[in-house]
Amino acid sequence: MAPILRLDDVHTDIAQYQILHGMSLEVPEGGVHVILGRNGAGKTTTLRTIMGLWKPRQGAIRFRDLDITKLQTPDIARLGIAFVPENMGIFGGLTIEENMRLASDDGSFDTERLARIHAIFPAIKQFWQKPAHALSGGQKQMLAISRAIIEKRDLILIDEPTKGLAPSIIRNMIAAFREIAEETTILLVEQNFHFAKALGQTVAVIDDGRIVHRGTMADLAGDAALQGRFLSLSVEA
Amino acid sequence: MTETTASLPTRIKADIERFGGVLWLPVVLAVVALILIGQPSTWATLTIAGLAMGMMIFLMASGLSLIFGLMDVLNFGHSAFVTAGAFIGATVLAWLGFWVTGGNPALNLTGLLLAIAAATIFGALAGWFFERVVIRPVYQDHLRQILITVGALIVAEELVLLVWGGAPIPVPRPQVLTGSIIFAGVSVEIYRIFAFLLGLLVYVAMYLLLNRTRLGLLIRAGVENREMVEALGFRVDRLFILVFMAGSALAAMGGAMWAGYQGLITAALGSEMMILVFIVVIIGGLGSIQGSLLGAILVGLMANYVAFLVPKMALASNMLLMMAILLWRPYGLLPAVKR
Repeated sequence: MAPILRLDDVHTDIAQYQILHGMSLEVPEGGVHVILGRNGAGKTTTLRTIMGLWKPRQGAIRFRDLDITKLQTPDIARLGIAFVPENMGIFGGLTIEENMRLASDDGSFDTERLARIHAIFPAIKQFWQKPAHALSGGQKQMLAISRAIIEKRDLILIDEPTKGLAPSIIRNMIAAFREIAEETTILLVEQNFHFAKALGQTVAVIDDGRIVHRGTMADLAGDAALQGRFLSLSVEA
Repeated sequence: MTETTASLPTRIKADIERFGGVLWLPVVLAVVALILIGQPSTWATLTIAGLAMGMMIFLMASGLSLIFGLMDVLNFGHSAFVTAGAFIGATVLAWLGFWVTGGNPALNLTGLLLAIAAATIFGALAGWFFERVVIRPVYQDHLRQILITVGALIVAEELVLLVWGGAPIPVPRPQVLTGSIIFAGVSVEIYRIFAFLLGLLVYVAMYLLLNRTRLGLLIRAGVENREMVEALGFRVDRLFILVFMAGSALAAMGGAMWAGYQGLITAALGSEMMILVFIVVIIGGLGSIQGSLLGAILVGLMANYVAFLVPKMALASNMLLMMAILLWRPYGLLPAVKR
């Protein structure tokens, strides 16, 4: 099957620093696909470059058959790509409902879909009319993910969703992501190997702005030597 | 989002916030002023004058606050729209002649509304041109924004001098809005009541737009996080043009109202007002319409009370107010971005 997303030799600079040094990656359609790597390896830059928030100096990014390298961020989003940034991108002055309404295509909700989101994340329903700045970190993350799935998207880019979250919330997140992945493709950037291992079908390890390993998650999870070679792991739950 | 046992000061603070919090500041200021002034009728006249002045400053400041908040643009040229609005309003009032100065209240009001409309439309169109030509090349570069908007302001003021000359221009006030009414022994200028009501009307309209429409939702979200709004599929650059035009139109409307209030205007009108406008934007909180209204009322009241009590401290008092509020709340009284 053709990949849903493909990066070919992508180079991205931020100010005078080159962050991505010829990044090449294929994301298969369906399931959860993980990019692992240490701090500063270029994981966030990869997602932001895909979303058009930072423009690559060289290389090409294709979404299905379309070259999106030079498209503006709103145009990329309207192709059916959702983005959950590392800081979650929550609008604190808006209520949960308003945050969600902004992400729906026409400002209204599909009741079935909303009910499903409420079932996955009960806190979203419980605090529906509360301002988002009053939510806890875990609840904000739930809102960020709910917002990304309030409409059917083809691809969701999620940047370190477990950062700063308690282990019990991370376990709930794993169940939620499995359900979301039934209808969409997820490209997940993570440092928490336990979380990534529980979800990922394929994995790409990034270091110094380029892919240094790719394969199935099962192979990486079952090979301690491979892990030791490519990862400085975060093994806490 | 769980209930915890809080300390007494924290609970008192929470209770104050629950019952309106900083919204009570104008009331506190008014009560202190009443004690210091002593005469209720004088205090009432000053209070109404302060509220009217505050509403006119609100018109000028609200647009600038949104421009700051949403577009992150330091527009020192904003006062050019205030000046242009004042002169266009005055010119239309002068053209309409007998409509304005005659004894027919309906014609008087129509004339005034036409003058305000002309100023507002000019403000919107000039704002569109200003954003395209002056602002767009310098987005995300504050130093160049300051330099180019100050330059544009100087050019605009010179253009006003070229068209209207350097001598002060008298502004005819509509007959129906001249004079005062006496209520409970307090003399109130009719024009001030009109200015207050117009400001209130604009505030309600802006409140409904921002809180009841999808466009308003987008603007509020954009003030907080432009990048995320774009990642949700919205073209923020189109919002920028709209907000800039609206902000400039409101500044021109405020200028036209201020011209009628002053009765005599010069090309320096906008620049003179900008100090107060910037104070309002800063103490209210960037991007916050409610904050702009609160800040404008505080500034209007403070200016009038202090001008009566200690005339030489009128401007300094508002500077002190700004410093005190910034030390207490560095992001302003009602910031749009909740941290």
